[in-house]
Amino acid sequence: MGTQSYSIFRAALLVFSLTLFAACSSTEDVDDQQTAGGESDTGSSAQTSGTSEPPPLTAEEIAMEEALRTTVFYFDFDVAEFKAEDRETLTYHARDLAGNPGRQIRLEGHADERGTREYNLALGERRANGILNYLIVNGASRAQIEVVSYGEERPAETGTNETAYAANRRVEIVGR
Amino acid sequence: MKTCRSLMAIILLAANAAAHAQLSIQITQGVDDPIPIAVVPFQTAGIGFGAEDVARVVANDLEQVGEFRALERENLLSMPSEQSEVFFRDWQVMAQDYLLVGKVTGTPGSQLVQVQYEFFDVNRELLLAGEVLSGSISQLRDIGHEISNIVYEQVTGLRGAFTTQILYVVAERAPGGNTSFRLEKADYDGRRPQVLLRSQEPIMSPNWSPDAEEVAYVSFETDLPRIYTQNIATGQRRQITNYPGINSSPVYSPDGNMLAMVLSKDGSPDIYVQDLRSNELIRVTDHPAIDTEPSWTPDGRSIVFMSDRTGQPQIYQIEVGASSFDVERLTYDCFQCAKARFLPDGNNLVHVRRETRQSPTYQIAIINVETLRVITLTDTSLDESPSLAPNGSMIMYATKYQGRGVLDAVSIDGLVKFRLPSAQGDVREPAWSPFLN
Repeated sequence: MGTQSYSIFRAALLVFSLTLFAACSSTEDVDDQQTAGGESDTGSSAQTSGTSEPPPLTAEEIAMEEALRTTVFYFDFDVAEFKAEDRETLTYHARDLAGNPGRQIRLEGHADERGTREYNLALGERRANGILNYLIVNGASRAQIEVVSYGEERPAETGTNETAYAANRRVEIVGR
Repeated sequence: MKTCRSLMAIILLAANAAAHAQLSIQITQGVDDPIPIAVVPFQTAGIGFGAEDVARVVANDLEQVGEFRALERENLLSMPSEQSEVFFRDWQVMAQDYLLVGKVTGTPGSQLVQVQYEFFDVNRELLLAGEVLSGSISQLRDIGHEISNIVYEQVTGLRGAFTTQILYVVAERAPGGNTSFRLEKADYDGRRPQVLLRSQEPIMSPNWSPDAEEVAYVSFETDLPRIYTQNIATGQRRQITNYPGINSSPVYSPDGNMLAMVLSKDGSPDIYVQDLRSNELIRVTDHPAIDTEPSWTPDGRSIVFMSDRTGQPQIYQIEVGASSFDVERLTYDCFQCAKARFLPDGNNLVHVRRETRQSPTYQIAIINVETLRVITLTDTSLDESPSLAPNGSMIMYATKYQGRGVLDAVSIDGLVKFRLPSAQGDVREPAWSPFLN
C-alpha cells in the first residue's frame, strides 16, 4: 500500500523540495528545452539507456531521478487541484511513464477527516483525477494508471489538528 | 430550552470481561425532569448465581433514553414481586410515578426460565401491563429489553427501540502502524457485539435491509471500493458492484428491492439505483460535480443526496426514474449541508451541517424543508453519519472524544444524549436497525 513507508516519503519530499527550491531557475531552463524537444527526444534517450558504457548523468537525468523520488503530493483544505509547485515533479513522472510503457502505477487519493466520509471519498478521487489528467496530458497512457480513493479511511497521521490534516490531504503515487 | 440542561454521568458497570471490548453507555445529558420509576429487583428462584439482572437491564434501558429516572435500589422501602405485595402508598410517599415488579423462575435441570412482570401506575393505583415471558436463561437480557419496550410504550405512547441493534465500523491501529477494520453488530446499547466482517482494508457505509436480514456495505478488500451484501444469519456474501472508480454508499430502498449507490464510472460520482432482483442499473443523477450520500424519501419514490455542484455540499432531491435529471435543491442557509435523510414525516431532514466557511465544525441538525427552521442537535465539532432509531426518537452519530472515534446518540429534540465509549479503536458509521420483531 505504501502507507508504512510513508514517513520516508515525507522526509524525501522535504529534502527534495529544498533541493528543488535551491535549483529552481536552472531546472526550469532544462525543463523548457526538454519540453521543446518533446517527442523526438524520447526515442533517442530510450536507446541511450540500452548501450553498454554508462554515460554520465545529465543535469536533466539527475532532476528526473530526484523528481521520481517524490511520490506524495499534498493539497490545501477544501481544494482538489494539486499545488503549482508540484507541476514540475509531476511532469517528470509523466515523462517517466511515457518512456516506460510497461510501468504501471496507482494514484491513491486521500482527504482529511473533516466533512462527511462519502464526500471525502469523492474528494480523494477528484484529487487523484486531477493528477491523472495531468500525467496523461504530459504523455502517460491511461492504461498505465489506476485511480483509487480512500477518502479519510487511511490517514497518514492520526490526530485532530492541522498538522495531521495537512499530512492526510494527499495523493500518493504507488508502483503496481 | 437549551439553557437548563442537567448533566449526568452514569457509567455502567462492564458486566463481563469479554474477549474483546464492549461498548457501554454513558448518559451525557438528560432531561431536567425525568419521570420517576421504581424498578424493583426481580425475585429469582431456581436460577444460578450470575444470571442477568433483568430489573437492572430495564432500569438501564429507561435511564439511557433520558426520560426516566430509576429509584436507587438502596432507597426501596419494600421489595414486592407481584401485585398482591404492592402497597401503592409506599411508592406514592417515594414520589414514584410508576412501578415495575416481577420474578424470574427457573426450571430445574433445564435452561428454561419464565419471567413474570407487572407494571403499575402508582398515582392511579392501576395495573398497566403484565405478562409471563419465557425463554432460555441466556435470553434474560433480551427479555429485559422487551419489558423495557412495553414500559416505554405504556408511558410515552411510542414503540420502544430497546430490542433493536446497531451496525458500526471499528478501525484499530496496531502499534506497528497497520490498521485493521471490523464491521460489527451489537445491541442498541453496544452490548453483545458480534463481528460480521474483518479486513485489513477499509470497510465503509454499513446499511440494514428493511427486513434486517441483510447488510450492505463497501469493502476495499480487493484494493478497490466495491459494494457487497451479506446475510447476517448465514454470513453469505454477494459482491454487488465492480465498476471502475468509486462504488459507494449503498442504501436499501424502503421495500428492500433496490439499492441506491454512488458510482463514478462515467467520470464523476453520480447516484444510481440497482434493482436487486433483475440487477438492472438506473442512473439517477448526471452532473460533473460530486453527487453522493443518497437516501430514500419515506415513500421510496425519490432520493435525497448531497452535491457540490454549486461549489459546496448542499442537499438536493430527485425522483427515481424521472424523465430528466432536474433536481430540487433543499438547503440554502448553510456553508455545507451533507448526509441527509428524511424523518418518517417527510418534512424534517436530518443532516450534517457546517454553518460557515470560517468555522470548519460539523454538527448534526434537523431542517424542516417547508418552514426552513433549523434545530442543531449537537455541539461537538466533528459529528457525522447520523442514523435514526426506528421509532424516530433518537439519532445515533459518530463523533470524536479525546481524539478517538465514538458513537453518541441524541434525542430528536436535542434534550437527551448518551455515549457508547469504545474500549479500543475508532468506532464510527453507526447504522440503527429497523424493528427486529
